[in-house]
Amino acid sequence: MNTESLWYIFINASLINNFVLAYFLGICPFLGVSGKMETASKMGGAVTFVMIISSMCAYGIHALLVAINAPFLQLISYIVVIASTVQLVEMIVKKMSPALFRALGIFLPLITTNCAILGLALFQTNKGYGFGESFVYALGAGAGFTLALVLIAGLREQLNLADIPNVVKGTALTLLIAGILSLSFMGFAGLGS
Amino acid sequence: MSAKIGEKSNGGFATTLKNSPSTDEFIKGLWRDNPVFVQVLGMCPVLAVSNTAENALAMGLATAFVLLMSNILVSSLRNFIPKQVRIASYILIIATFVTITDYVIQAISVELHKSLGAFISLIVVNCLILSRAEAFASKNSIGSSALDALGMGVGFTFALFCLGAVRELLGNGTFFGLHFFPDTFQEWIVMILPAGGFFTLAIWLLIFNAAKARKSEV
Repeated sequence: MNTESLWYIFINASLINNFVLAYFLGICPFLGVSGKMETASKMGGAVTFVMIISSMCAYGIHALLVAINAPFLQLISYIVVIASTVQLVEMIVKKMSPALFRALGIFLPLITTNCAILGLALFQTNKGYGFGESFVYALGAGAGFTLALVLIAGLREQLNLADIPNVVKGTALTLLIAGILSLSFMGFAGLGS
Repeated sequence: MSAKIGEKSNGGFATTLKNSPSTDEFIKGLWRDNPVFVQVLGMCPVLAVSNTAENALAMGLATAFVLLMSNILVSSLRNFIPKQVRIASYILIIATFVTITDYVIQAISVELHKSLGAFISLIVVNCLILSRAEAFASKNSIGSSALDALGMGVGFTFALFCLGAVRELLGNGTFFGLHFFPDTFQEWIVMILPAGGFFTLAIWLLIFNAAKARKSEV
């Protein structure tokens, strides 16, 4: 199947091919909830959790769909699994921490439409990863997503104090920072090979 | 015509957009509510597949098709879908059309399918489509939903094309694969790398912001 070591899969998913900065997956929450450090790290945690669960389910579903020879159902069944996992996380967060629930707001249910999660499920299927490899891949992707989110949030918190021209404020500035971060993440290429 | 039918069948639903003429649903997506430059929705495919003008155009058209079909279906089913499960139903509708699009593109051009890769499947999670289904198609008639989808689709394709053209021209020195610059031109490799996507979009947004600021000053 695949000969990559688990360590390489993790480094690859989290740093070299960071989901946000190299694949552009999950840009919406990346722009939306990266204003504050605390919210960003918790959002990262929630996304990582959904990623791991849905990645495991996607592995099972793929095996099942191959067995019954119905690959065209792949997309639909993946999205259903993701939607239900997000629903579960939403209920847990609402019960455990109403304050966090309010802080994340609309972006919590929107995890369903976070491309990073569906992208992860599709990529692992394309790469033919086994169960353990899928788990590590999801873990790495989640870690990479959280890292990117926290980095941006830290930078944006600092920028709140800076004197910025009105035209640049908002999304354009965040995108510029993201571009520079993406450049610096390119430095990880070749790591672990 | 379609607006009239809409008002009748909508019953109590149509409150916000009752008075606007239906051509307005089309035009607003092109400029005033442009999905990419103004609403900042559906960023992932915008950045990921806009490295050449051709990819950008294909992706834009595929998204517009899914948007149109799902808006029409959501709008025609809006009185049958229970409120509690509406988001799940919308996603299923969208996923169905994306699967169709995926197979159609594969049938038309395997090469294009390869270069767009997983991003065709990822149209499912394009926030633009879900947000149009939820914010517009679920409350309006089939006719105006279709017009809205067309406008948004064209606006999205236009925005993608703007990015793709700039990135291909500067990063590769070509436009739709044709060489545009003399041999001495040094390509800006960074433009076709991921970082270039962020920079190009940021600069387009800056231009839009500046234009808007100037307009509100006058």
